Amino acid sequence: MEKMVNIYLFGKKYEVPAGLTIMTAMEYAGYQLLRGCGCRNGFCGACATIYRIKDKQELHACLACQTEVEEGMYVATLPFFPLVKQVYNIEEIKPTEQIMMQLYPEIYSCIGCNACTKACTQELSVMQYIAHAQRGEYEACAELSFDCVMCGVCSSRCPAGISHPQVAMLARRLNGKYIAPECGHLADRVQEINEGTYTSLIEDLMQKPIAELKELYNTREIEK
Amino acid sequence: MYKIDRYNELAKVVAEKRAENAALEPRRMTAEEKETLLATFHPDYKEGEFTVLSAGENKGEKVPTQLAELLQAHSRINPDEIDLSNPDYDTDVLIIGGGGAGASAAIEADEAGVKAMIVTKLRIGDANTMMAEGGIQAADKPNDSPAIHYLDAFGGGHFAAKPELLEKLVTKAPEAILWLNKLGVEFDKDADGTMVTTHGGGTSRKRMHAAKDYSGAEIMRTLRDEVLNRGIPVIDFTAAVEIILDKDGKAAGAVLMNMETKELLVARAKTVVIATGGAGRLHYQGFPTSNHYGATADGLVLGYRVGAKLLYADTLQYHPTGTAYPEQIFGALVTEKVRSLGAKLININGEAFMHPLETRDVTAASIIRECSERGNGIETEQGIGVWLDTPMIEYKNGEGTIEKRIPAMMRMFGKYGIDIRKEPILVYPTLHYQNGGLDISADGMTGVENLFAAGEVVGGIHGRNRLMGNSLLDVIVFGRNAGIYAAAKAKETAQPEGLTLEHIKKFDAELNEAGIETETVSPKLLPNYARKA
Repeated sequence: MEKMVNIYLFGKKYEVPAGLTIMTAMEYAGYQLLRGCGCRNGFCGACATIYRIKDKQELHACLACQTEVEEGMYVATLPFFPLVKQVYNIEEIKPTEQIMMQLYPEIYSCIGCNACTKACTQELSVMQYIAHAQRGEYEACAELSFDCVMCGVCSSRCPAGISHPQVAMLARRLNGKYIAPECGHLADRVQEINEGTYTSLIEDLMQKPIAELKELYNTREIEK
Repeated sequence: MYKIDRYNELAKVVAEKRAENAALEPRRMTAEEKETLLATFHPDYKEGEFTVLSAGENKGEKVPTQLAELLQAHSRINPDEIDLSNPDYDTDVLIIGGGGAGASAAIEADEAGVKAMIVTKLRIGDANTMMAEGGIQAADKPNDSPAIHYLDAFGGGHFAAKPELLEKLVTKAPEAILWLNKLGVEFDKDADGTMVTTHGGGTSRKRMHAAKDYSGAEIMRTLRDEVLNRGIPVIDFTAAVEIILDKDGKAAGAVLMNMETKELLVARAKTVVIATGGAGRLHYQGFPTSNHYGATADGLVLGYRVGAKLLYADTLQYHPTGTAYPEQIFGALVTEKVRSLGAKLININGEAFMHPLETRDVTAASIIRECSERGNGIETEQGIGVWLDTPMIEYKNGEGTIEKRIPAMMRMFGKYGIDIRKEPILVYPTLHYQNGGLDISADGMTGVENLFAAGEVVGGIHGRNRLMGNSLLDVIVFGRNAGIYAAAKAKETAQPEGLTLEHIKKFDAELNEAGIETETVSPKLLPNYARKA
């Protein structure tokens, strides 16, 4: 007999096999998921979930697809959270301190409670990256927030009403486009292609008989 | 530490031989060896798992049995009950699917100045693009060229790719990277801006660009942000369930279904782009999958029923390294980048039994052989697997490499107490990618006029196997391509008239004639994982 544990889905008790994730436990209980289920592998942030273990104080946040069930787990999913996303034209904005002030002024109302960091399902230093955003340090903000799956749990805990994932998204785009060094060989290659440098090489390949291509392929030099 | 002592004991064997295995450069297989291996052990060659279609454009060809059931099923709707005269949505380009291809198509259509609209059965970004970990190929280094990229991909795909599609893939690749970079995608770069690139299985040059091991996520979230910035309407939790044609048989919209309320809606459009992705959630041959929840071959069904042809629908990609343990992440992707960074595949005896960077089909077949005929696998609760020696990465490249280059992998296993810096992990092939799909021309159009397709739903770009990093590339290149051509076609197309769903009856009649009796309706939309009490 496999080991079973008792969990409470939205307050209702179900007995499920130990070892399941919260997501597969819901399916075991009979739920056909529609919301709150995306990639099922920890990348999309669709399955943000909060839980508390019976008789314990601490409130936990997690991704349902990445978290094993525990005895006495009280579970509520958070399939949607109203984050605020400001609209901007990436070609027109610049990576200045002012741009955050214009688009996300609420970040300056952060009271330093650190609830966002404590709640992060990816264990990121959320409050720290917001501090970088406040100071216009977008590279650091981008680096610290890189693993964010935008599940929104941080924002659900924020007394200042900050939409942390959207702030970080802006910082990463600014960093990727304006701050990170430009790639010379990439621009050069695009220009070469546009000038037709490789056209005849490829056309030549496309016209070769398969037998000849097989020979070329099987004897090609492979970079170490 | 593994919770199961036996794994800790067996992992010691891997650790003991690590130095010896790290120094080893395993021989690559000859063309003949690969052919025999594939024919004997690759799931695509397993007769009995396929069904020959008896209706539709690909009548007489075999496809996986689970797919055949959906292709030869009834519509979800009764055409007589749908009022097409008063559309709920009117747009120029209707894009079905909110993944990388759909988002790229939408951005390009918007850029071209036409009205674009995305419908998606889940949320924008709930897609396989989001889960692509390892990277995206482009021949942009001085020792590389689009021609070398072409040969790698053509050979890796068993010389079956459509040359005009593959040519587009490789020549538009650097431009795709530049486009993404200009949108703000953070590629891994050196201090001078040089792209950090690695090998993938079957590449002859190091042309794998990455954003750590969140490459797809970084690309997808940036594309999503751009779609929203542009104000392109995204109708989420709304699936397309049938393509609508006009009086001349051209695509002219789709019947939509609100996934929550089941309300049916009509969208009229001048051109339609199917960008619905793959089919991993059909679990062909009982394999687990690395795919997202909605990967149920909907686009193949939508296109096939309305008369579009499929190409290579019988070939699937089983990613060599799906997670074999722990059970909570069974089948989840372990990125090929782990092997690009130097980890080798090791059997129960501690032997590096193959070159870790053969193409995916060959590597998957080789692991299956190791675990079956050769009896060198490690049995797990869910099945069987081989070791992927992750600590070898830091043994070769120094401490800190794993956290910096593959943080998602470290986190995924770390949640179950396995430190991949210190312990090897257990892997086995997982259903990963649909090599085949809707047949398109170089402008992205299917055999049905004004019906375009892009992304994993397309077949023929890669042939009968796909190289790592060419799918992320394909969703960007052909997503943009479809957006550009669908927009141009929309501009020269008048408001569609005489909207009809007659094709449903026509297809039903064909099923009837072929003697197919079925109660299945399709597209499937979502897998059914709810346990029946």
